[in-house]
Amino acid sequence: MKTFDDTAATAQATYDVPEDRMGFFTDTTLCIGCKACEVACKEWNELQEDGYNFTAESYDNTSALGGNTWRHVAFIEQLPRPVGPANDAEPLPPIPELDGGVASLLDRDASVGPMQFDTMGRWLMSSDVCKHCTRAACLDVCPTGALVRSEFGTVVVQDDVCNGCGYCVPACPFGVIAEQPQSGHAAKCTMCYDRLRDGEKPACAKSCPTESIQFGNLDELRARADERLANVVARFPTARLYGNDEDDGVGGFGAFFLLLDKPHVYGLPPDPIVTTRDLPSIWRTTAYSALALSLLVVTASIGTGKA
Amino acid sequence: MKLDISKFGRWSLLKQLGSDRLGLGAAVQSQRSATLVSRTRSADRVVKSICPFCAVGCGQNVYVKDERVVQIEGDPDSPISRGRLCPKGSASRQMVQSPRREFKVKYRRPFGTEWESLDLDRAVDMIADRVIATRRQTWQDRDETGALLARTMGIGSLGGATLDNEENYLMKKLYTGLGIVQVENQARI
Amino acid sequence: MGSNMAENHPVGFQWVVEARERGAEVIHIDPRYTRTSAIATMHVPLRVGSDIAFLGGIINYIIANGREFRPYVEHYTNAATIVDERFVDADTNDGVFSGFDEAERSYDNASWQYDGMDPHPSSGQRSGGAARGEAHGAHGAPLTGSAPPHRDPTLQHPRCIFQLLKKHYARYTPEMVANVCGVPEAQFLAVAEALCRNSGAERTTAFAYAVGWTHHTTGVQYIRAAAIVQLLLGNIGRPGGGILALRGHASIQGSTDIPTLYNILPGYLPMPHAAMHQSLQHYVDTVSSKTGYWGYTKEYMVSLLKAYYGDAATTANDFGFAYLPRIDGDHSVFTSIVGMIEKKVRGYFIVGENPVIGNVNGGMHRKALASLDWLVVRDLFEIESASFWYDGPEIESGVMKTSEIGTEIFFLPAAAHTEKSGSFTNTQRLLQWHHQAVEPQGDARSDLWFYYHLGVRIREKLRDSTDPRDRAILDLAWTYPTSGTNADPDSDAILREINGTGADGKEISSYTDLRADGSTSCGCWIYAGCYKDGINGAARRKPGSEQDWVAREWGWAWPANRRILYNRASAAPDGTPWSERKKYVWWDAGQKKWTGYDEPDFMLHTPPDYVPPEGAEREETLSGTDPFIMQADGVGWLFVPDGIEDGPLPVHYEPQESPVENALHPARRGNPARQFYDRKDNPYNPPGDAPGSDRFPFTMTTYRITEHHTTGGMSRNVPYLSELQPEMFCEVSPELAELRGLEHGGYATIVTTRSAIEARVMVTKRMRPLRIDGRTVYDVGLPYHWGSNGIVTGDAANELFAIVTDPNVHIHETKAATCDIRPGRRPRGAVLATFLEAQRT
Repeated sequence: MKTFDDTAATAQATYDVPEDRMGFFTDTTLCIGCKACEVACKEWNELQEDGYNFTAESYDNTSALGGNTWRHVAFIEQLPRPVGPANDAEPLPPIPELDGGVASLLDRDASVGPMQFDTMGRWLMSSDVCKHCTRAACLDVCPTGALVRSEFGTVVVQDDVCNGCGYCVPACPFGVIAEQPQSGHAAKCTMCYDRLRDGEKPACAKSCPTESIQFGNLDELRARADERLANVVARFPTARLYGNDEDDGVGGFGAFFLLLDKPHVYGLPPDPIVTTRDLPSIWRTTAYSALALSLLVVTASIGTGKA
Repeated sequence: MKLDISKFGRWSLLKQLGSDRLGLGAAVQSQRSATLVSRTRSADRVVKSICPFCAVGCGQNVYVKDERVVQIEGDPDSPISRGRLCPKGSASRQMVQSPRREFKVKYRRPFGTEWESLDLDRAVDMIADRVIATRRQTWQDRDETGALLARTMGIGSLGGATLDNEENYLMKKLYTGLGIVQVENQARI
Repeated sequence: MGSNMAENHPVGFQWVVEARERGAEVIHIDPRYTRTSAIATMHVPLRVGSDIAFLGGIINYIIANGREFRPYVEHYTNAATIVDERFVDADTNDGVFSGFDEAERSYDNASWQYDGMDPHPSSGQRSGGAARGEAHGAHGAPLTGSAPPHRDPTLQHPRCIFQLLKKHYARYTPEMVANVCGVPEAQFLAVAEALCRNSGAERTTAFAYAVGWTHHTTGVQYIRAAAIVQLLLGNIGRPGGGILALRGHASIQGSTDIPTLYNILPGYLPMPHAAMHQSLQHYVDTVSSKTGYWGYTKEYMVSLLKAYYGDAATTANDFGFAYLPRIDGDHSVFTSIVGMIEKKVRGYFIVGENPVIGNVNGGMHRKALASLDWLVVRDLFEIESASFWYDGPEIESGVMKTSEIGTEIFFLPAAAHTEKSGSFTNTQRLLQWHHQAVEPQGDARSDLWFYYHLGVRIREKLRDSTDPRDRAILDLAWTYPTSGTNADPDSDAILREINGTGADGKEISSYTDLRADGSTSCGCWIYAGCYKDGINGAARRKPGSEQDWVAREWGWAWPANRRILYNRASAAPDGTPWSERKKYVWWDAGQKKWTGYDEPDFMLHTPPDYVPPEGAEREETLSGTDPFIMQADGVGWLFVPDGIEDGPLPVHYEPQESPVENALHPARRGNPARQFYDRKDNPYNPPGDAPGSDRFPFTMTTYRITEHHTTGGMSRNVPYLSELQPEMFCEVSPELAELRGLEHGGYATIVTTRSAIEARVMVTKRMRPLRIDGRTVYDVGLPYHWGSNGIVTGDAANELFAIVTDPNVHIHETKAATCDIRPGRRPRGAVLATFLEAQRT
């Protein structure tokens, strides 16, 4: 058992994580946006569909992680080409009548210049998931022990314990954990806790056709990610790792990413901070008060007993 | 009175006396979590299969428990797919178990306004009668030049690319035996 | 090109991604920027329907710059062969080749022949219009006359194919490509150079295509154009090379090999044609080739007849050849639906297919189904082709009334892949077995069960018939072992019949075991060996991790478990590998045989220096340097003298409906030999500058997306897939959106003379207007997965398209047509019918 000793001035708590901590490394340079991860996750965890809503947000119609969506693929269209007619000074002609000639409209040059590799734009795709934070606020605030740090170092909701109080929901700095409508419990990625116990990969990582989602020992994944970044940076100058730093506000992610743009572009917080960072000092204050109160009660009881 | 600690085995506070002093890990593990077994492990058998969607031919492992499919996932042994599946392949279990699947014969009589139920054996019998009758009515022995035709142009068939080779083989063999030539499938479209 | 592989074959695409990571250049040439483009190293947008112009440009670039893989071209292609002096190229003849009959819209290919060779016996015969194409089955035509053909190995003779090719494509310059395809010259040149740079002894390039190429009135010529590029660059029969057809259904390859198709019998043997194949001998004479492996046509056919008719097939009755029904023209699905409307076709089976959504002109299809006496639909779900009579668009618009539709309909629930055992043949010709996991519920049955029992029932009913017309069905070998409570026929036994057996009753091991004397039986000669030694080869599952990269012990690939066809070409003429890096199959001089990582696709003991002696026959006519053993002359055909309906060389023609004229051949807009269905219920939008064309100023193209499967039966009934793409949408560029006032996320109505459908609007820069011949062409992208049934529903894109097909294979044109698009939802009810009437006048 390795103890994460938080030397940051904001907190003194210790976080127990096992030596052989397991994690995800999601390499978005390999993602083809197929959403196999979303479906494999739902199949394995027997989640419900999340509604049938056409969002027009590129090819993303599930929009966000939630109680029934534990993997979510974001699609970001970045095609920098100028838009043809929109740049024209002349006003657009009206829509022609059925018998009207639109041929003249077609004479306008709405096309744009040659598309070169470096300017052809990008369609970013990234499979988001619970980060399994080293310092997990959801875990800290759970009053029932439903949220646990597993023997794999992952953060797991035990739905037989969860009473649906919902404290964990606002605690998550990523907005990952959510109430699952059908059960009323808090729900999120368990990194397929049951599969890990049986020596299987999580369902999403197993299905991923292009190994964009990699599962393994977190230290090994971090080393692999460093190497990967060094290898791809020439091809993808904007590539960066996200969540691999143990010194960040959540003590590093158990599920971290190689992104091609700033985190906020993917809807991820640029600098997440564990929302319970002030808890230790609050706890200390609370503990002193409780102790004082207890002594008072005990004293009173003794008094009563004697009476 | 002697304290039986085992009776307090599920009491987190005592567990916390162990290594998990913060009560965020093993100390609060529930009975269910402690005994959790994956569906793939508890399955009665694993059946080797192939994905029914596109033509890549990804390997699938079908896990069966109590004569019911409980999970379908990629077969890591496949040199084609290496255990991976796309979203459609990953949804195979939900597809084969979709509550929208049909399990009863439906019959619509000519000019009928709704489906009626029909016994399967009766349906096959009625279809056999229709085939025989239409074949007789539309049979062509020879063309106008006297060339042998030995066929019916009154019956056609469409489909096959989602079926097995053995099924296509029997279909074509039966149709050919009956003189049915208008046999087509998705390869045309 | 013509494929969106990441989107539609995601798991196969892992190998492309891996190749890219190992340094391969991945070029996606496609009208739309898709998931494939996103991972490619270059995306090249081109106008829909212009691929032959682009590929022609590549051919011109290769030849003009001397970039062909010369030894390969000299030895392994027909580049040196000299063509008949009567041949006139389309390029110098206003866009048509010599031999064109304007009235028939078809070619007589006599003038396309090799110099000194006779036209193939089937070539000159005409019956029922498209007779010749049907007569070829699906293989290259034989050659008759003096052998070998006249050649000029220096490739200098003015009528040698290399020179013809050079002249034919000389006008396909980068400027022309830019003008026709909308691809800037610099980008075109970058692609051409990348292809050349990645071909040759040390490197190979592969083309991956799908229905983006086949769904055109020139579809076959698209693939032909790629074949020319790949033969010139030496990329066929070699690892990492090829032209890979990425097919869309689990066993669509299998259903072509063991066809549920009208024009072929198992193993690409042509269906007998009334005009040519009255006797077995006629059949063999016209189908067989004196040279190459089609020389064994009689062996293949007699063995098939034995599998079909068993003991009833004897030498005395031509092995039952007269039992086979004859074709006499195009009996494809589109012709059949016309037959239904005309009440000629009265009964129909739809088995795991959904034509009212998947085929063009859904309205005409529904009209056809509503004209039938009876219809059988077998599916997992109640698809739109089963429910059209009460919820089709014509019921909504009032054009059809349920109570007036006389079709008797049987819907029979089918068993899923987990509920039956059998083999699928995947896109690389690999047979893989799926084992039954559970029993199907209720009335659900496999199609094997249905057809077996239907056959049993029909034969029982006809048992006492003395009508000679019933002899064929009564003599059919229809005894199969059954088991289980449902009496399911044993699929293993059927695969064994397909494999074939010898005189001793044991499984044969190869098609070379087949005999023409009736002593062997074989249900599909190219599958012979799949049940060798009594072992189901399709069910072999030695883990990939325990094998080399070719993985020959996983499943079974036809023919003879070969993983790459024509792999003799992976070695140089002298039998040594072209390079160490691309080593695959080679001549082992010590052992005097071909060897390598794969099963050699060549006569195992024929040395590279073998020269056929005078009077040699069949495969012995092939020299040691003729890798294309199924071709009559053993080489790859750059120029096709026989077997293709619309020209020996690909020409750029515009689609049936196109907003521009044909810049290469102003006199010939479209493929002159394309097949029309010129009917009131199948109107065409006026093309180019024809009157009324300005009503349909935009192009449209259909496609699939990852989250759904074909017409949606297997995905729109699945919640996890339905939520991912819940509604029909169209994709348009911001430019088109602005031009037409389309609102992102709102609704649009797409209009043609056939129909009007509505879709949610996706405005995206991934769609890109292109400048073509002085005007801007805007494209509307339409996924075709939706219909009226299922968890998520929507209008079907194929409603918008007309039936017009390629003359060789009768495949419809869905990748390029014209339309209009307007903001807002479509008219409903009777208003829609009136609205559509207005579009047609």
